[in-house]
Formats: sequence, C-alpha cells, structure tokens
Amino acid sequence: MTASPTRVLVAMSGGVDSSVAAALLSEAGHDVTGVTLKLWGGESDSGCCSAADVEDARRVAAQLDIPHYVFNFADEFDSRVVGPYVDAYAGGRTPNPCVECNRSIKFGRLLERAEALGFDAVATGHHARVSRDATGRWQLLRGSDLAKDQSYVLYMLGQPELSRTLLPVGELTKTQVREHASSLGLRTAAKAESMDVCFITRGGREEFVSARAGASPGAVVDTDGATIGRHDGVTRFTIGQRRGVGVATGERQYVVDLDAATATVTLGRRDDLLRDAVELRDLRFVDGVPGPTDLLDVQVRAHGAPVPGRLDGACVRFERAQPRVAPGQVVALYDGDMLLGGGIAT
Amino acid sequence: MVYLDYAATTPTYPEAAGAMRPFQAETFGNPSGAHAAARAAKTALEEAREQIATALGAEPSEIVFTGGGTEADNLAVKGAARAARDAGRGDGVVTTTFEHKGVLAPCDRLSRDGFRVTRVRVDSDGIVDLDALEAALDDRTVVVSVMLVNNEVGTIQPLADVAGLVRARAPHAVLHTDAVQAVPWLDVAEASAAADLVSVSAHKFGGPKGVGALVRRGDVPIEPLIEGGGQEWGLRSGTVNVAGAVGMAEALRVTSRRRVEEVARIRPLRDRLAAGLAERVSGCFVNGDPARKVAGNCHVGFPGVEAETLLVALDRDGLCAAAGSSCTSGATEPSHVLEAMGVPRDAALASIRLSLGYASTGADVDTALVLIPRAVEQLRPAVSASR
Repeated sequence: MTASPTRVLVAMSGGVDSSVAAALLSEAGHDVTGVTLKLWGGESDSGCCSAADVEDARRVAAQLDIPHYVFNFADEFDSRVVGPYVDAYAGGRTPNPCVECNRSIKFGRLLERAEALGFDAVATGHHARVSRDATGRWQLLRGSDLAKDQSYVLYMLGQPELSRTLLPVGELTKTQVREHASSLGLRTAAKAESMDVCFITRGGREEFVSARAGASPGAVVDTDGATIGRHDGVTRFTIGQRRGVGVATGERQYVVDLDAATATVTLGRRDDLLRDAVELRDLRFVDGVPGPTDLLDVQVRAHGAPVPGRLDGACVRFERAQPRVAPGQVVALYDGDMLLGGGIAT
Repeated sequence: MVYLDYAATTPTYPEAAGAMRPFQAETFGNPSGAHAAARAAKTALEEAREQIATALGAEPSEIVFTGGGTEADNLAVKGAARAARDAGRGDGVVTTTFEHKGVLAPCDRLSRDGFRVTRVRVDSDGIVDLDALEAALDDRTVVVSVMLVNNEVGTIQPLADVAGLVRARAPHAVLHTDAVQAVPWLDVAEASAAADLVSVSAHKFGGPKGVGALVRRGDVPIEPLIEGGGQEWGLRSGTVNVAGAVGMAEALRVTSRRRVEEVARIRPLRDRLAAGLAERVSGCFVNGDPARKVAGNCHVGFPGVEAETLLVALDRDGLCAAAGSSCTSGATEPSHVLEAMGVPRDAALASIRLSLGYASTGADVDTALVLIPRAVEQLRPAVSASR
C-alpha cells in the first residue's frame, strides 16, 4: 500500500476478507469499484460464485457505497483451471487450482480487463502484503496473520503484477478483519470460510474428476513391483497419501508413486517417500533468481512449515531429505517472510 | 445519466405513480371483502381490469392479474398444457429456440414431466422459421407459444401466420404469445388477436414492477399454478395487487394514447443511433432484421470488444445498456437468443442491446454517439493485444 493509485478494482468473492479489503481501500480514499467473478457455471455448494455469494458481495458494495459488477469468466475458468485440474489428476499429479486461478484469472484475465478499463490496480482479500524496497522494487511478504498467510498461492506474481496489486487485509489478523467487518455492519462479518475447491460439488473430488476424465482402474503394486491389489482409478490417489497397513509388514503404507500411463499405484513405507530434491516447472521469481548458495526457506504445502533448501537451476535441493512433493503442487521459496518465487513440482 | 435499457424496464409514468398512490395509503381495502373499504378497492380493481381489457382487445373477464410477465408465461404454458393433457387432448408443446426464459424454462419443466416439447428454429434475421413450425405441429399438439416481439433483438414475429398454421395443423392447440416487449410499440389488441393467451408486464410500459396480466380468451382451460382463495377466476389465488393493477391500467392508458406518435418520434432516434454507430465504429454490425424490429431496439456488435467490459466502461461514463440476458447474479450470460439465430459466439459476446423508450431524447442519442465510439476505441487495443 505504498503506492497511492486512485482507481482500484477489488475482486469481491462475497467473503469477509475481500469485503474488508474493499472497505479499507475505500476508507483510505481510493476510488474503489467492486467486482465479483462468476467462475463456475456448474453445480457447487461450497462455491465462491454461488448466487448467494454474489448477493453478499453486492450488498457489501452497496453498504460501502461503491459500484459493483459481475464479470463472467466461466469459460476461461473452465479451460484454464478446471480442465487442467482434471487433466492433472488423470495424469497422476496433484494440482492446486487456486494457484492456477490466481495466475490465469485474478492476476491474468481480471488484471488485463482492469487495465483496459483504466483502473490503476486490482485488489483482493488475500492474506499477504505487497511492499516496496528502498530501490523501488516490489516485494511480496507473508500476511501479518501467519496462520492465514496466503503468499504461497501467489508465488507467480512478478514485478509487473505486484506493481498493480493491492492486498490490504494482509496487514491484519483474521480476527481484526472480522472485527472491522462487524464494526461496519457488513453482512459478511461472521461468514464461514470456504476451505474446499470452489467448483467441487457434494460428491467430492473423486466423483468430479472421474465424471470428466473417466475412470482408469489398474494395479496396486509394492516397491518391488509385485501386484498386491487393484484400484478403481489413479485419479483417486495422491502421492504421500496414507493407504492402510501393509499385510506382510504391519507398517503403515503410503502412496509413493503414481504411473498414469499404466494406471499403476505403488505403495511403500514412509521412508520410500523421502527425497533429497524436487524438480520444478513454471518457475517464477518476484525479483530475480536466488543465488545457488543462498539458503532458502522452502514451503511445499499451503500451510506447511518451511524447510531449508537451495535452488540449483530448476531443482530445489533440501538440506535434509523430505517426503516427496506430489507433482503439480507448488514449491514456494522464501527468505523469512519475503517470497522470492517458486514453481510447480514435476 | 443516459438510460438506454428500456427493454429491461422503464421509468414509471408520473400518471401511473399518481394513480397508485391512494391504494398504497388510505384506500387499503381487500377487494374480496364485503364492506365499504373492500368495495372501494374492488371498484378500482375492476375499473383497472376494464381499461386493460379494452386496450388489449379482450373482455374484462378475460384478464387474469399476475405477479408479472414471467408468471403470466408460466401460467399460460404450464397451465394450458397440463389442463389439456388431463383432458386427454394430447401432449405436444411447441415453442421457439429464442423465447424469453419465462417460456423456455416452463417448457423444460413440461419436458421433464413427459410432454413432447419441440423448440422450433429461428432464422438469422431473428424470425421464427414457419416451415419448421409447421412440421412440428400435429393433432396431439396442445400448446404453441411464440413471442410477439423478441426481448433481445426486438424482432416482430409473424403471429398471424403462426396462428394460421396452428389452426390448420394443430386444431386442438392453444396459441400463447409473450407480448411483454410489444406493448409500447404495437397495437397489441390487433397484433395478438389470433392468440388465445397473451402475456403482458406493467413495468415494460411505464407501470410498476411486480404486476402483469394474462389475457385468456374464450375460457381456454388452464390449470392454476397458485391455489388458495380462488381469486382471478380461480386461476391465480392470493389477494390482488390493487395498487399495481391500477398503476398498470393507467400506464397502459397513457401508452396506448401516445403510442403512434411515440413510435414516430423514437424510430428516427433509433435509426440515427444505429447509423451513427455504423459510421463511427469500424466493423459495427446489427443483430436482427432492422426492417422487422420494434422502433426502440438497437442491437449492435463491435468486433474485438467484449460486451461485458464495454458495459462497465459505459456505466462508468453514465450510460446504461445491456447485453445477453442478465441473470439474477448480474453476470452476463452468453445470449441464447443470438445463439439461436446462428450468430457466432465471438460476435454474440461483442454485442450489446441499446433500447430506447418514452423518455429517450435526441440528446441521449447525441451523448451515446460520443460515449460508445470512444469506449470501443479505448477497449479495442487492449483486447486485441491480449489475443
């Protein structure tokens, strides 16, 4: 919030965070306009784009006395988020659709449209902080409320995006956000958080993916390649997932490998999951590539504790072996609270 | 503000607002009662019914007040289809692919309930294909629903020809027409004379929202949707919206009285708007046959511009217009009307509806001819660069 753009387009999901983001910007004197993205035409019950959520966003905008629009990005959302999500599971990977939505929709399509309409910046309700260093370079810092920090799903933001991004609630704790919403009498103040993938319906991920990708039954094997069972489809599995107890050994069993081409699921012991390194694709850096000797804080899950590692080309080498990162998951690189960049595990 | 969204709704005539006022205050009686307060309300309601009947070419006993155009459509389509099936007359329902959702959704419901529903194609000009309609009709057809004026592109449908085919090919069918968009522009009494059931909605012609009517000629059998105290000949139970009915009658009176001169005044404004846009914006195209449109409709596309973005830009400049059919969320849905007409998806998503009405002025057109070309110009490079 070091810059002072005059015209801000706030992405309002109908949740409390983006409601307060709009409120804070409005209170700070910006020319604020709210927009709710219609992302999903299908059925969903946890969705961020149900009619009720749009109504909540519209009502909050009215309470704040700012204009509000709805942008229909359902086509792009389907082709750039939902389609790749299904393809990833069908390919034995574990996608993070929120990351793709941020990349392609919120900080892609929306930012582009905001610019076309003459807005200086886009704001969201993410818990992360945009800042500027002494030389004028943009930085992305973890949110003040570390338990709610969302910088991980914003790993792809570079200088061009950050220069036009405002994340006002990143300065607040979730409790402060709710208190602010209550003090303004916003109807979203006590609204429950959405925790699930917004387009997944009551049937759950497995049902959704197999309905769109088809089932791919195959063999369950042990780490020696011996068949120990059958499964209904690789889309049901994620690397690192616990799968019962080994018959012979009595040890807990984990999914240690997925081969979509042969529909083979490999189970093994926890130790079989350990890796010294992870290879990344879609590498993005906030402001330049970290040096190969720099010791980085590597985060491999949205709310996991960072572990030490170094970036070597497109490969992150851990100081100590770590459970395998499922292909498709984000690996975000930090220096303390400052995001440096990241990529997608292959 | 330049308001060019009369097809969505119209400002309420001062005459209509004035006529309603007593019934929102001191004249509060329930018209179904049997005392002085009730009689005052009943008298006003029946006078409104008579006025509306006269304007629409019907008898007072043929007017059923509803909660709006969509309810009238539902009552007509579902009510007539169910009554006919119960009487064993058939199970066929025929409509078009570009009806208002107030008709299409009930048809979908009937389809799920086991009716044979045929949605007849329309041509690229926005006119129902009469050959396809004829082929869809048979002696088991019970309801045919073809709108009088399309709500998006404004094209006037050949209802007399439709009626001729229905009488010849589907002798047991009831003909319904959604005339919601027609009232400001056509003599609905004459244009819908061949229909058995006609839907109208007050707020499309200077009346209040939340009230409409179904004209039901000659005791066409209808099964009610809302049952209760038996108001409105048992076809629409519930205490009638007296103020709404009075406002609707007054708005219809004003509209009918001024219609001919208003059409003559607005058509050249619309033509100037369309011609001015064609001249100032390269590639500008018109949706729907200009020669068969109502006088207030200007449905235009600007290649390379997303209508959704353009509408925001125009709104920020103080110009109100629309695209597609707005759903309750306010999101712009790709238009099923343009899709039905075979307009390519890209062109459909680049199209907006500018609709003029009784308070539109030459100054509105002048302003629109500055704001729209400027907004299109502003948005075009950004869009083309990203493709």
